[in-house]
Amino acid sequence: MIEGQAGKGSWFNRRGWRDLIIAIPYGWLATFFLLPFIIVVAMSLARRAEFSPPIAFLDDWPFVRWDNFARLFNDSLYIRAYLTSIWNAGVATFFCMLIGYPMALGITRVGKSWRNVLLMLVILPFWTSFLLRVYAWMGLFGSNSWFNKGLTSIINTVLPADMALRSLPMMNSNFAVVLVMVYSYLPFMILPLYANLEKLDNTLNEAAMDLGSRPWQVFKDVTLPLSIPGIIAGGLLVFIPASGELIIPSLVGNASDPMIGRVISDEFASARDWPMASAVAVALLLMLVLPMMVYSHFENRAQAAGEARP
Amino acid sequence: MNRRPVFLISCLCFGFAFFYIPILSLIIFSFNRSRLVTVWGGFSTQWYGKLFQNDQIIKAAVLSLEIAVVSATLATILGTMAGITLARFRRFKGRVVFSGMVTAPLVMPEVITGISSLMLFILMAEWIGWPGSRGFTTVTIAHTTFSMAYVAVIVQSRLASMDAAIEEAAMDLGARPWRVLTDVTLPVIAPAILAGWLLAFTISLDDVVITNFTTGPGATTLPILIWSKVKLGVTPDINALATIIISIVGVGVVMAGIIMHRAEARRERDIQMAIAAGQ
Repeated sequence: MIEGQAGKGSWFNRRGWRDLIIAIPYGWLATFFLLPFIIVVAMSLARRAEFSPPIAFLDDWPFVRWDNFARLFNDSLYIRAYLTSIWNAGVATFFCMLIGYPMALGITRVGKSWRNVLLMLVILPFWTSFLLRVYAWMGLFGSNSWFNKGLTSIINTVLPADMALRSLPMMNSNFAVVLVMVYSYLPFMILPLYANLEKLDNTLNEAAMDLGSRPWQVFKDVTLPLSIPGIIAGGLLVFIPASGELIIPSLVGNASDPMIGRVISDEFASARDWPMASAVAVALLLMLVLPMMVYSHFENRAQAAGEARP
Repeated sequence: MNRRPVFLISCLCFGFAFFYIPILSLIIFSFNRSRLVTVWGGFSTQWYGKLFQNDQIIKAAVLSLEIAVVSATLATILGTMAGITLARFRRFKGRVVFSGMVTAPLVMPEVITGISSLMLFILMAEWIGWPGSRGFTTVTIAHTTFSMAYVAVIVQSRLASMDAAIEEAAMDLGARPWRVLTDVTLPVIAPAILAGWLLAFTISLDDVVITNFTTGPGATTLPILIWSKVKLGVTPDINALATIIISIVGVGVVMAGIIMHRAEARRERDIQMAIAAGQ
């Protein structure tokens, strides 16, 4: 299975070692990652059945049917769920950029010891429980909370007195979903952006300033174009998980306008329609394939650049 | 560029307020006397007391820790092997499939990972009679598969920055493969392995979605317990539990950060002293 290669002197190129080191993780991933994935794809072409496990394939050629995928386009529930997912994830990604970019840039502009403290403060929420960070917002969205009351009174100052609101219906809305997504995924935007911005050569900035550019112009003409790889990496790290998100829409989202993760979970658990759940999942993956490929392309290039350096 | 970047500093202040105000609010209201979570009714620590009398929570926490330790250890072993494979074995049959399988779990939506693992376990039970019931084993397997990808990526990038010639030199000097592994390669990638284990441990301890699909009756992890309570609404005892978890994690992360920072500083100082001594 394995071909010879250069650098035969190393321990890891001794035949038995090599085969073992490759075969063990290979076997594990093939069994517990690739096989389930193939099952999902196969199941999306099956039909629902009343026995357990609740699936059946057609009895004769071609054994598979495309009805599940046809239903994706015919039933407006699915298309709406995809659109809601893309919209929510897209808006969340945009706001992560808007908030995360100046934060990442700000971290590169402070002294070295402050830099470590600030990076630690960005990473810290990322290590604490995701579920509990969503939960923290559930308290704030409630109509009696100081956050909701404060926001309501701010809005009431611009509204005429007879239209004054008692509280904002924030819980179970797309607004809540997007806000919590921005909150949860912001570190994913800041860290790759920081890594990118930190490597930029500050002398370019200084040269542009010396040549008479204003700070905003320097940012627009020098910093921003050079940080596009960081923006793309951070954007995809937010967009991809956000579009398949299940926890956030389940806890603070609007049940009548579900995101796609919720639809997959409901088809599977409540409706017990495994083939349909699989078809929705396969379609979600197809939708994410392009952004995933863009991401791995940029990652590989960054890695190749890192390896090429002496 | 010497001027104070006022705009950026204020963005940082706003950003960190955004990060920490919800968490602070959650912590403050865990000391609320009132049953209503959002209206202040005086200071009290009663919710903490009730928490420690709750066997269910303690059992769930112990189960979570057990799963996290086992799956993080497995994920570290498998992920280190996968990282070595990706960094050192440039050409073997099926490399493309392999590197795809290693990185795909990182970008795969968790719902899909969860559902596909569950389908696998159910179908395996039909075909070969294993696993008989879902619980500790199935959750551990799912967590291992998911988190070994992170370990692999960390180990791979550490190995990529290490010169393979060091290993070859040790071989040329007559070291057996096992010695090269234990005396040369492993010490170099040890920090990456440790970081990978910690990440895998945290991922497992924190996971809701994949656990939710792959667990069975009688095996409730702490996040699943919290998840089932939180779906019903906000209660002060969850605030107390959250405060405890966040404090433990916060202290742990800050201490780990300080220790790593000190070790790094010491290493740099040693290198500089060695250079100075050489001159």
